[in-house]
Order: sequence, then structure tokens, then C-alpha cells
Amino acid sequence: MSLLEVEKIHTYYGDSHILFDVSLHVEEGELVALLGRNGSGKTTTMKTLMGVLKPRAGTIRFAGKPIAGLPAYEVARRGVQLVPDERRIVPSITVEENLKLAALTAPQAWTLGRIYELFPRLEQRRRNMGRALSGGEQQMLAIARALIRDARLILLDEPFEGLAPIIVQNLIATTKLLAEQGRTIVIVEQNVRAALALAHRCYILSKGHVIYDGTPQALQREPELMHRYLGV
Amino acid sequence: MNWHLLIAQLLNGLALGSILALVALGLTITFGLLGLVNFAHGVFFMVGAYAGLVTFERTNSFALALLAGALVVLALGIVVERVLIRLFYRRPPEDQILVTFGLAIVIVEIVRAIFGGKTQLFPMPPWGMGATNLGFLVYPNYRLQVIVIAAITLTAIYLVLYKTRLGLIVRAGIDDSLIVNILGIDVTKTLLAVFVIGAMVAGFSGVIDAPIVAVDPDMGASVLVESFVVVVIGGLGSFTGSIAGGIIAGEIISITTIWAPDYAQVMLYLAMALVLILRPQGLFGTEGRL
Ligand SMILES: Nc1ncnc2c1ncn2[C@@H]1O[C@H](COP(=O)(O)OP(=O)(O)OP(=O)(O)O)[C@@H](O)[C@H]1O
Ligand SMILES: [Mg+2]
Repeated sequence: MSLLEVEKIHTYYGDSHILFDVSLHVEEGELVALLGRNGSGKTTTMKTLMGVLKPRAGTIRFAGKPIAGLPAYEVARRGVQLVPDERRIVPSITVEENLKLAALTAPQAWTLGRIYELFPRLEQRRRNMGRALSGGEQQMLAIARALIRDARLILLDEPFEGLAPIIVQNLIATTKLLAEQGRTIVIVEQNVRAALALAHRCYILSKGHVIYDGTPQALQREPELMHRYLGV
Repeated sequence: MNWHLLIAQLLNGLALGSILALVALGLTITFGLLGLVNFAHGVFFMVGAYAGLVTFERTNSFALALLAGALVVLALGIVVERVLIRLFYRRPPEDQILVTFGLAIVIVEIVRAIFGGKTQLFPMPPWGMGATNLGFLVYPNYRLQVIVIAAITLTAIYLVLYKTRLGLIVRAGIDDSLIVNILGIDVTKTLLAVFVIGAMVAGFSGVIDAPIVAVDPDMGASVLVESFVVVVIGGLGSFTGSIAGGIIAGEIISITTIWAPDYAQVMLYLAMALVLILRPQGLFGTEGRL
């Protein structure tokens, strides 16, 4: 049984049909990349998995139990954690309060110490307000909020977007470390090379349809596909 | 002009301002968290004052009157939230305004039917009578006590907001309730608590203010309007903003009263307009919330 099984979901924004028959699965311990051009439906897929958007049809099973249609807070309590592309650090509470907030409803929350060991920078900034953080610090905190909950499945939406190369290198190393420790991750990235270097498997979305499922190695043998759907 | 009078009016402004801050806090937090514009909030203030009056007449204890004001309005708040307001959290603002405005009218008329429309004096508690000689000025004790009681209440609210789990969720929810949900917290579970605490503080404030202003069924209306001004000046959803806005509003009203009592409200709206022009989010509000 896969940790996450998505079957034929259809998601809409109001009347506009965005996801068509999207099916995918993620195994325990796997790092899966979700790729596709701008507007292909990657964020919509992540939000649907998190319960922020409700699919109008189809099923989502997490750890064997159906979760489609559950509110986001319920999906989070079962161990799924979206790290949204806008990061959404709460601006008027401190870094440490952001972490405590995230830990509130987690049954197996990490200690702050364990988070600070992984992200020493956050410890230095722990009394600063969320709004005072740089982009890179915000992203660290966004990932740290998922980790402090000890989420079984982390959904990273464009974690490297808009950050300086040195910080991206750092975050790539962290993501790799988490994957090696067996954490299950789905990553959406415009930085296709970085994503393919990290991923065990990848999907390509185009106009709301899944049009590819395979390993990064197999995908790299199809330059035509890479060019057409990923622009590389 | 006589500077003793000025200082006396500054102290009056502080007393008025601290009451406005207490009432505005309930408004600003319910608005920040729920997006709910509550036109019935002034009614909580008025009902608190009547509950306090009835209790004080029977027991002669101001402490019991304060407790009654808080508890009666707490109960009223629970009923109102569960039966009515809850159904309107996701409705458009115009629906919320209509329903809370209607509710206010109904409650005011019920109170008028029971107690009559006449203004009733709320006796000063014995410990509040008399005046303190500040050396350069003899100032009524009760107003000094109001400032102290309000400061203690504000400190208690501060502790709830900044030192408890509920407070953390409320502060974060005011900023971004979606991410709070994504992090596993059902924000709607806190809405009842927030609404009811806000109502209770308004009821309590009604009792404190009653010996100064006397009690009548419409006393909530002007306080509500002034509290809305406080919320706009201080910034939506801001604790610090409510306090600063309350004191600013109280001082403007009381200082203007020295020269031109009729213009006190006008000056208040001028100050609000000025804030809206120079800093639309309010003195302590976050940009982009409006
Ligand atoms: N709030 C919304 N309301 C209506 N349509 C939306 C909304 N958000 C996204 N869309 C549309 O849904 C489609 C998929 O958007 P989505 O954000 O899922 O794409 P994406 O693959 O994440 O793109 P990007 O790489 O730009 O982040 C797009 O056509 C977009 O215009
Ligand atoms: Mg996106």
C-alpha cells in the first residue's frame, strides 16, 4: 500500500476546471517531483492534497484512509503538511511562536532544540517577528514548521523560488538529508535540474493532466518531452 | 487658561480612553479574527451596566455588580454567538451588519420595556466617593480608580493574548487564518471564546462607566460609535492599537470639551479622517488588511 494514493481527482476554482483525472501515488520514504510549466496545476494539486481545495470527484487516500473533502486542519493532524509557495510565515508573531503554533496539534512534535540544530539560523532569529525574516529564513521556517509537526508527508511548493544560489544550495542539502532519513516528500520546483537531482520519481503535469510518470533517469533520456513540457 | 483644569481634563480623557480601549478591544479582535462587524457590541456594554445597577441596588456591593455585569453579558454573548452570529461568519459584511444591528435594536427595546426609558443614576460605590488631593489639584477618586481597574483588566487581556495557547492562535489567526488551519488548528473552535470574552469585557466596562455617565437603554450606541473610531485609529485587530486609539480618542474628546464641548465628536472624526488619509491601516494596523 502506498502512503499516498490519488485517484482521478478533478478540482475546480469556481466554474473553471483545473485538474482533470489526476492520479498519482507516493510510497513511504519516496521523494517525488511534480513538474510542469506555469499554470499547469502543480499548486492546485498540492492544495487539493492538503485539503485547502476540495476535489469535486476522485479519491485521495493517505495511510490507507480517505482524506478527500476533509478540512485542512484534519488532513494536517493525520500527518500531511503543505509548505506553501507563498511560505505564509505569520508576520506579527515571533519565529519561535511560529514554531510553537505549528507544534500545537502535533502528537509527536519535535523539540525546538531539534529544529534549531537543523536550522541554527532560526535560533539566532527566534525572537524576531515573522515579518523581519529574509526570504531564505522564511523558507527555512516554513520547512521547520512542517518538521516540528513530524509530518509523515511534506509537500514542498517551489521551496527554492526567488532565493540566492547559496541559500538554494543549503536548502537542497537539507531536503536531501531529510529524504535520506526516510521522510516522504513531494516537491514542486521550477528549477527542474535541482528537482530531478533530488527525486526518486517524477510526474509531469500539463494543463491539469498527468502526462508523465517515471524516474528522473528515464525522463532525461527524453529531451523532446523535457523541452516540450518543462522548457529545458 | 488654567492648567489645573487642563490636567484634570487630561485625567478625564485617560479614564474615558481606558473604557473606550476595553470596549474597542472586543470589537477589534472579533473583527480581526472573524471579519465580523459587530454592531451589537455596544449593547453588551449597556446590558452590563443594567445588570450591575440591579445587582448594586439589591446587594450594595460594587464588586458583585461588576461580577454580575461580566457574567450576565458572558451568558448573553454565548447565546447570541451560538444561536445567531455563528451562522453569519461566512456571510457577506452587509448581512453581518444587518443582523447585528437588528439584534442591537431588539435588545435595546427589551431593556427599555423592562426598565423604562428614563436615565437612572448609578450610585457611586462608597470607596469611590470623595476626592484625592494631588497637591495642585483635587481630583475625584472614582476616576482614578477607573483608570487602575482598566489597566488591570488590560493587563489580564494582554496575558491571555500573549502568554496562552488560545492567545497565540488568536494573534496568528488575525494575521492569517488559512495558514493556522493548514498547521492543524481549527480556528473556528476559538471563535466562541473570542466573541464571548470580548462581550464580557464590554459588559464589565459598562458597569465601571455607569457611575460616571448614568444608565439608559441607548448608552451603548455612542460608546459603540466611539469604539469604532478607536478601532480605525488604532488599526484593525491590534491590541496595542486599541489602547493607543482609546487614549487618543479619550483625550481628544476631553480636551476639546474644555473649549467647545459641542465640537468634541467633530474633532474625533477629524482625527479619524486624518489617520485614514495618512495611514489607512491605522496606527498599529498591518498594511494590506484594508
Ligand atoms: N484562485 C484561483 N482562481 C481561479 N483560477 C486559478 C486560481 N489559482 C490558479 N488558477 C488557475 O489554475 C491554473 C493552475 O494554476 P496553478 O497555480 O495550480 O499552477 P502551477 O502549476 O502551480 O503554476 P506556477 O508554476 O505558476 O506556480 C492556472 O490556469 C491558473 O490561472
Ligand atoms: Mg504554483
